[in-house]
Amino acid sequence: MLGRTAAGLYWMFRYLERGENSTRLLDAGHRISLTHSSAAPNEWASIINAQGSGEIFEQMHRGFSANNVINFILRDKANPSSIASTISRARENGKMIRTALTREVWEAANESWLTSSNVLSRQIGLKGLPRVLNHLRVQSNAVSAALHGTMLRDDIYNFALIGTFIERGESIARLLDVKYYVLLPTASHVGSSLDNVQWETILRSAAALKSFSWLYGGDANPAEIANFLIFDRRMPRSITFSFTELLSNLNSLAQQYGFKCSCHDMAQEINAKLVNANINSVMNGGLHEFILEYLEASNSLSRQIEKDYRFYD
Amino acid sequence: MGRELKFFDEMYGMSGSRCRAPYRAYNKWIKNENLDQLSRQSKEAEQYFRRTGITFSVHGDETDTERLIPFDVIPRIISSKEWEFLERGVKQRALAINMFLNDIYNRQEIIKSGRVPKTLIKNNAAFVPQMVGFTPPGNVYTHILGLDIVRESSDVFFVLEDNVRTPSGVSYMLENRETMLRMFPELFSQIPVREIKNYPRKLRQCLAASAPSIGEKHVSVGVLTPGVFNSAYYEHCSLAEQMGAELIESQDVRIIDGRVAMRTTEGYKWVDVLYRRLDDHFLDPLNFDPRSLIGIPGLMDVYLSGGITLANAPGTGIADDKAIYSFMPEIIEFYTGETPILKNVPTWRCSEPESLAYVLENMTNLVIKEVHGSGGYGLLVGPTANKRELASFRKKLKRQPGNYIAQPTLSLSTVPVLTRKGLAPRHVDLRPFVLMSPSKIEVTPGGLTRVALRDKSLVVNSSQGGGTKDTWVLE
Repeated sequence: MLGRTAAGLYWMFRYLERGENSTRLLDAGHRISLTHSSAAPNEWASIINAQGSGEIFEQMHRGFSANNVINFILRDKANPSSIASTISRARENGKMIRTALTREVWEAANESWLTSSNVLSRQIGLKGLPRVLNHLRVQSNAVSAALHGTMLRDDIYNFALIGTFIERGESIARLLDVKYYVLLPTASHVGSSLDNVQWETILRSAAALKSFSWLYGGDANPAEIANFLIFDRRMPRSITFSFTELLSNLNSLAQQYGFKCSCHDMAQEINAKLVNANINSVMNGGLHEFILEYLEASNSLSRQIEKDYRFYD
Repeated sequence: MGRELKFFDEMYGMSGSRCRAPYRAYNKWIKNENLDQLSRQSKEAEQYFRRTGITFSVHGDETDTERLIPFDVIPRIISSKEWEFLERGVKQRALAINMFLNDIYNRQEIIKSGRVPKTLIKNNAAFVPQMVGFTPPGNVYTHILGLDIVRESSDVFFVLEDNVRTPSGVSYMLENRETMLRMFPELFSQIPVREIKNYPRKLRQCLAASAPSIGEKHVSVGVLTPGVFNSAYYEHCSLAEQMGAELIESQDVRIIDGRVAMRTTEGYKWVDVLYRRLDDHFLDPLNFDPRSLIGIPGLMDVYLSGGITLANAPGTGIADDKAIYSFMPEIIEFYTGETPILKNVPTWRCSEPESLAYVLENMTNLVIKEVHGSGGYGLLVGPTANKRELASFRKKLKRQPGNYIAQPTLSLSTVPVLTRKGLAPRHVDLRPFVLMSPSKIEVTPGGLTRVALRDKSLVVNSSQGGGTKDTWVLE
């Protein structure tokens, strides 16, 4: 396929994943505001930071009110990571590469854009938020289902999933980073349980609350949560799971095309580091440092993929 | 519909009540249909088009919007005998146009014979000097043509326009048929309609047949598009997809070793035939308009050295020209030795003083068009123009007479459309599509029927509110 088509696939699915993650962040924040209104402003702030949009928000708004944050994350065109922006960009990319998509995937993505544009065209308050989030979730699921149900498992599929999993890994990494102060064991409070509200938020944002509770019961400690979201291979949104899928798709490409590239070596290196690490080594070395290293590596890898597969001239 | 009609209606003739033969089977079916139900199905079709993204984009000052081309569910039906006549006429004209182009860019016999004035070619912006002395593979210049045909009565047809540059609309023809098949499958089991779904395969065969001889056995075909912002982008995608060709933009290719190569994930791969959906000016910034960002620098050099086939060949635009149009009867006779099967609309060339005088005298009865215009813009419809429009056009005519031709208004035939009040007649035209390869000329049965949706309107262009219908040629 054309390098430009690979780029379009990669970005379309990165943007779709980005939008989905923002939906979850917002959902988690929404619950906090409902149950712990005093903690709300801090929660809204951390959501904005998890998205990486702190600076832009501060330029436009004073203070983190529910309304400001909700609309900033959902609809603000000035926010390149807003859900409206990501859906729009996903569709732009989709349009450019529509010959590579099955009819079902294209129609699901197109329909998603049409209906979501409508839903997001008006101001949304706390009251209307659940309905909107539900709508977005349904649309996102429709595209996913079409992708996995109808696309041939060839290079087209691989590039779509590479985009998805690069974005997913980075998204969870950023979420953990924003919340790391909550997850750090403080010297004077060794052994104390975490603030319920906080760890619930983290897990909800990663759609992991139920799975975690299932595995670990009521008691949680920071190491377990971080471990779950970084290393657990069963958890579809963990960093390790995402990276494993990413690697698998890169290897499929190598097999289909009959040659390997620098990105494969890079990916192997990163994978080896993940395999050899564990939660203790991470907590000892510093969670924040680990996350930064991961984000940098992921970024370099994505740029190498762009080069190796000739996305741009 | 039961009273005497002013125009020939293809379903009811002039009587307004007696159904013509080609429509009888359909008429039986529609008599038993609930028109409200049909209206609802119509709206569903619209939703389907929107969901599939069968839109064309319009670039306004503020926003880029995507519009649907309205689709009417009542088919336009042509009998096999009517089609046989049309097909012969279309083939004859297409062949003559191709031979004209070959002549104009080589020996210019038709000019030497005095049938066509040299000035028409010499000063023509669409004439591409680089093509002089070059012979494209198989001598084919016009791989794809779309002739616009109108009808005045049961056996009077006129060719209104020859579309030879980058004729469009074929994707709508295909989608319309798909839609009708899905909405009314029972109709197709009752009425024998000729197939058109092979068009993409035939298009590819036609293009591949003109590949340069240096290519490999498997011919690599690409569709060159200006990109997502082009109004016909949907068609570019649709055709590329259906014929298994790569959809290429200028940024995807490089000239390597005198050939065109596209940048793929596996390295650079050759392109043998390029179906280019760009006008000549934009094709190659090194050889044509240097401002073009959508063309391929040096493409013309590759083409002229036999490294790639371009469809349609550069320079075909000269046959698109309304001034050349007026010479078409002579052109057909000159190259085929036959009388034209399909008539030309009588045309007055305002560049000629006598014609100009006539036109100025009779403005209110004529349709006056710009020689280099397209898409229904820049024309004056005399009978419906107001005093101000007439006065301003008169000024334009006097200032640049060579820029205009005039034709009598035609009594375009109508076909019923589905309105809120039931069936009502609306004016239509027909664009059959022709595929030309070194050894054959094929015309797809039917083509695109465009319909002026507003009552009494004669404007069928999609960019000005026209719609389309499915066209049936009966077996």
